[in-house]
Amino acid sequence: MELVKPAFGLIFWMCVSFGLILFILKKFAWKPVLNMLSEREESIQTALDAAEKAKTEMRLMKSDNERILNEARAERDALLKDAREIREKMISESKGLATKEGERMLKSARENIQNEKMAAISELKNQVAVLSIEIAEKILKAELSSDEKQKALVKNLLQDINLN
Amino acid sequence: MPKFAPEIEKPGNLFRAMTNKINIFKRISLFLIVLFTTFSAFAYEPIEKEKNNVVDPPETGKSTEEKSEKFNAGELIIDHITDSHEWHIAGHLALPLPIILYSSEKGLSVFLSNKFEGGEEYNGYKLQKNEIVAVDEDGVIDEKATAKLWDVSITKNVASMFVSIALMLWMFISVANKYKKNPGKAPKGMQSLLEPLIIFVRDDIAKSAIGEKKYKRYLPFLLTVFFFIWINNLLGLIPVLPGGANVTGNIAIGMTLAVMVFVITLLTANWNYWRHIIAMPGVPFGVLFILTPIEIFGMFLKPMVLMIRLFANMLAGHIIALSFFCLIFIFAEMNPAVGWGVSIFSVAFTIFMGMLELLVAFLQAYVFTLLSAMYFGSAIDEGHDPNNHVDDHATDRNF
Repeated sequence: MELVKPAFGLIFWMCVSFGLILFILKKFAWKPVLNMLSEREESIQTALDAAEKAKTEMRLMKSDNERILNEARAERDALLKDAREIREKMISESKGLATKEGERMLKSARENIQNEKMAAISELKNQVAVLSIEIAEKILKAELSSDEKQKALVKNLLQDINLN
Repeated sequence: MPKFAPEIEKPGNLFRAMTNKINIFKRISLFLIVLFTTFSAFAYEPIEKEKNNVVDPPETGKSTEEKSEKFNAGELIIDHITDSHEWHIAGHLALPLPIILYSSEKGLSVFLSNKFEGGEEYNGYKLQKNEIVAVDEDGVIDEKATAKLWDVSITKNVASMFVSIALMLWMFISVANKYKKNPGKAPKGMQSLLEPLIIFVRDDIAKSAIGEKKYKRYLPFLLTVFFFIWINNLLGLIPVLPGGANVTGNIAIGMTLAVMVFVITLLTANWNYWRHIIAMPGVPFGVLFILTPIEIFGMFLKPMVLMIRLFANMLAGHIIALSFFCLIFIFAEMNPAVGWGVSIFSVAFTIFMGMLELLVAFLQAYVFTLLSAMYFGSAIDEGHDPNNHVDDHATDRNF
């Protein structure tokens, strides 16, 4: 029976000493220890987080660099393409222009030639007319220089009419 | 390459720290085993002799003399696992412990227990069967005065408890100072032994049973209970002076701890806890007549179970270990040669029991703390989940 009969003295000392140790340990041991533990855990966590953050940042930077590089490359390609296009365009444009100009020049030359030709022809015609009149005058003058000749002519002419 | 060198070294350090930790455990357990096995034999033998040579009181002289011729294992075991007013060292040597008595008539009297040696009276008191009784002038036990006597002596258990408390104070305050001295550093020495245990109690007991929000309030109590029980259990395994007492296997200790848990549970309990006990929500009115008494009974049953579990487990361990030793003397009584033969098995079994008790010492501290935490957790449970209640009882039965 002694085993299951709690002794008063033991309960008393248990209460006293457990209360005391609870109070002392709570104040001088558990509080600093638990605080330090959580502080350390926090600092470890922050360090881990910072490392993770740095890693992500690095990755971001890397991808950023890649992106920038790609952009630069694309820009260069675009520039080159543009330049090529411009050149092409310029060449084709000037080609067109030159053809047109040539054509225009040819046309105007042709026109000029035509004009000159026409002028020359009309000049020639005038010349021929003047010369013809002069020749005719000279012939008439020679034909009608004497009376006999004039009579012969009239006679000739009259003969022609008779024939009719 | 040199950039990576510290990273390679770190696991090595960790490993070394771990092996150190294991070494500390090994050393402690080895120390305990050596103590247990070598001294147990010495410690029990003289007592057994002492029993035989004891000067019996004249009135019961003859019959006990006959009896004392025979080795009485039960008596010896009971003698060892109950509290006592002196702390046995070896042979006839025992440390007398202070006796503190208070009675309304005689007032406070303080003296050492060796005044009672040989069944003598002192100051109107007498030690009878480990209990102090008041006697009148003729040496007859005064029942009335005995009933009014308050015995707050420093018994073996109390003294052993003081040793454990001194040990705890030294351990934890020195560790706390180390934490203060080099904050944020890796733990060293004693720190690395205790830190995992503290974190274990915090994370696996308090946080998981009480919840992230409110565990901090209970944590100092849980830590203190855990280490108190564990260290007292370990001290109980050492059969000589700093230990040797059966503190946690005493019902008064278990009762006090259980009452503390009970009081803290009731003081911190919220409305939800009381509502579940008085009128379980979602239960038909008629059923409450059955359920409410059961719940109220359960409320008291929980700390009772805590008390009995700790008390019975620790007591049983001590009894079994002692029984193996008693086997030697029982057989030696038949024939000394048989006694020697049996002693081999007894020692082997005691070593085995010692190992088991090392585990049990930790396990009981863990179970007590975990269940306390669960009771606290159920007292502050906000109760959205009706299964919580069922779980509580389920875990209770498991242990």
